[in-house]
Amino acid sequence: MSTQSDSREITLGQAINEALHEEMASDSAVIVMGEDVGRHGGVFRLTEGLYDEFGSARVLDCPICEAGIVGLGVGASMTDMRPIVEIMFGDFTALVMDQVVNQAAKVHYMSGGNMTAPIVIRTTMGAGRNIAAQHSQSLHAWFCHIPGLKVVLPATPYDAKGLLKTAIRDDSPVIFFEDKMMYTEKGMVPNEEYTIPFGVADVKRVGDDITVIATSSMVSVALKAAETLATEGISTEVIDPRTLSPLDEATLVDSAKKTSRCIVIDEGYSHFGATAELASLVSSKAFYYLDAPVERIGAMDVPVPFSPILEDQTIPNEETVVNAARRLVGS
Amino acid sequence: MKLTRAVDDRTEDLYKQGKIPGVIFSQRGHEAIAVGASYALEPEDVLAPMHRDLGAYLLRGMTPGTIFAQAMARIGGPSRGRDTNTHGLGDLSLGIIGYISHLPQSMPVTLGAAFSFKYRGEARVALTFTGDGASSEGAFSESLNLAAVLNLPAVFILENNRYAYSTPTHHQYATRNLVQRAEAFGMPGYTVDGNNVLDVWQVTAEAVDRARSGGGPSLIEAHTMRMRGHAIHDPANYVPKQLLEEWETLDPIKITTDTLRNQGVLDHTTEADIALKVKTEVDAGLKWADSSPLPNPDTLTAGIYA
Repeated sequence: MSTQSDSREITLGQAINEALHEEMASDSAVIVMGEDVGRHGGVFRLTEGLYDEFGSARVLDCPICEAGIVGLGVGASMTDMRPIVEIMFGDFTALVMDQVVNQAAKVHYMSGGNMTAPIVIRTTMGAGRNIAAQHSQSLHAWFCHIPGLKVVLPATPYDAKGLLKTAIRDDSPVIFFEDKMMYTEKGMVPNEEYTIPFGVADVKRVGDDITVIATSSMVSVALKAAETLATEGISTEVIDPRTLSPLDEATLVDSAKKTSRCIVIDEGYSHFGATAELASLVSSKAFYYLDAPVERIGAMDVPVPFSPILEDQTIPNEETVVNAARRLVGS
Repeated sequence: MKLTRAVDDRTEDLYKQGKIPGVIFSQRGHEAIAVGASYALEPEDVLAPMHRDLGAYLLRGMTPGTIFAQAMARIGGPSRGRDTNTHGLGDLSLGIIGYISHLPQSMPVTLGAAFSFKYRGEARVALTFTGDGASSEGAFSESLNLAAVLNLPAVFILENNRYAYSTPTHHQYATRNLVQRAEAFGMPGYTVDGNNVLDVWQVTAEAVDRARSGGGPSLIEAHTMRMRGHAIHDPANYVPKQLLEEWETLDPIKITTDTLRNQGVLDHTTEADIALKVKTEVDAGLKWADSSPLPNPDTLTAGIYA
């Protein structure tokens, strides 16, 4: 990581915006397309300034047709462009599944390697904004299920910027999930150019008694829980895989072997979710080292309700993690 | 067109001999559309054919051998045994985006290619084929709208062959025709006899010229008849015999041959020369394809990611 002097504090939203600016400036094949991304600067302000700097040809305001836009992006990517498509809400990815799952993910394999689709789809995830079930889901597990796609879930401004730059330069299709509640979260980001390779987990906190594997919005939840657990004498290691596909299996398994206890936490639905795959991985590959079954914590299997008193119950929180950790260490 | 028919017939033979796994799709009735439309393009243009546009692949320079190798699941096919028959028979060096299954998903993808050309200031055109069944899908309408709004150098050829699997056109759409959609989305629309190769070529050439000169997209509805089932396994008993008999008299190869004979362009010697040339090319292609090995099983997972 960088020292104070050569880095500065910015929000996760700014980090994404910087990555877009830098990659567009360095490669004229990089273009942004989507709904409200140009003149308006994006519904979440993530593409702000791009239109003024790069113009309407490179920051393409499209009619409202998610499937068509992604198809346009796939075709452009097959003909030497590097499109970044913004899908406003992750929930809307339901509209683009054919192009993503049956076209983009399969172009390289099915063409015998003679075509590629280097497209990035940026979209959002996460509940907590009181916007109900069609704008609050975390659907990244859908895409992790498909060979040929890479799936990225940044949890800090540093990771968001470095991973997005890697995504844009990658020759395979990448689905980039941004937690909409984290856009204003701040963190240190180097002034210097950098990228973060895919498939390399980041140990966010070192510990000895228990491993918490956390993704996206759940990383900060896990870190807060680790603080509380530390006051009880429980030393928690928090690991963020950062990319679920490809997955850094070794770092996750080695940590579980070291601590002998593991919690997996992710904001997707629990049933058949990312936590199931991660728990299965740790359970099978660290089996002889574990003192207890792996605990899975995901979002409740319920359409995310609007009323805050209902919605808040569906999202895992610090207390959920602390209670699970206490159970695992038998305290 | 003769070569298309010959490759198509030989493919059916190979299938019946058990040399082609999976399914095959007959080209019969579609030869003039694929050939006529493809003739209107320049080498630097790109097209995305569908599964009944074998003639388009041949015209772009793909050899019968490559096409047989793909159908026979050999590594000599462009997908190296990873995709079937005319599916994924792509080669961008020949300007072919292989058939994108799930019609009309090739439409937005073709627009992406058109976008790339326009963005880079290249005077190139992207053309795709689609069908009457595909016109009911959302991506069809989304693509026509996107193409018009973004003023992209694209040409859509809608092959109306009267049946989408077992669904006849009167169960597919309630309008008189599909070319009306062009006006609805703000682009020129053309109706053409899809069994007349010269007509298809002429109309497509006009649309291609417009696209190339910055005039935007066009929709061409080419009428024909699917003369066989959806795929080889489909006897298509749902198609009235009389309808097939009527269209048989309009066979695109027959009417082209008759026209050329009447105009004195085609004589017996030339016809014999063409027949020999076609047979030689098909035989040589099949020989080559048959010598192409099956994929190495160890390469199964190679290429999932670029």
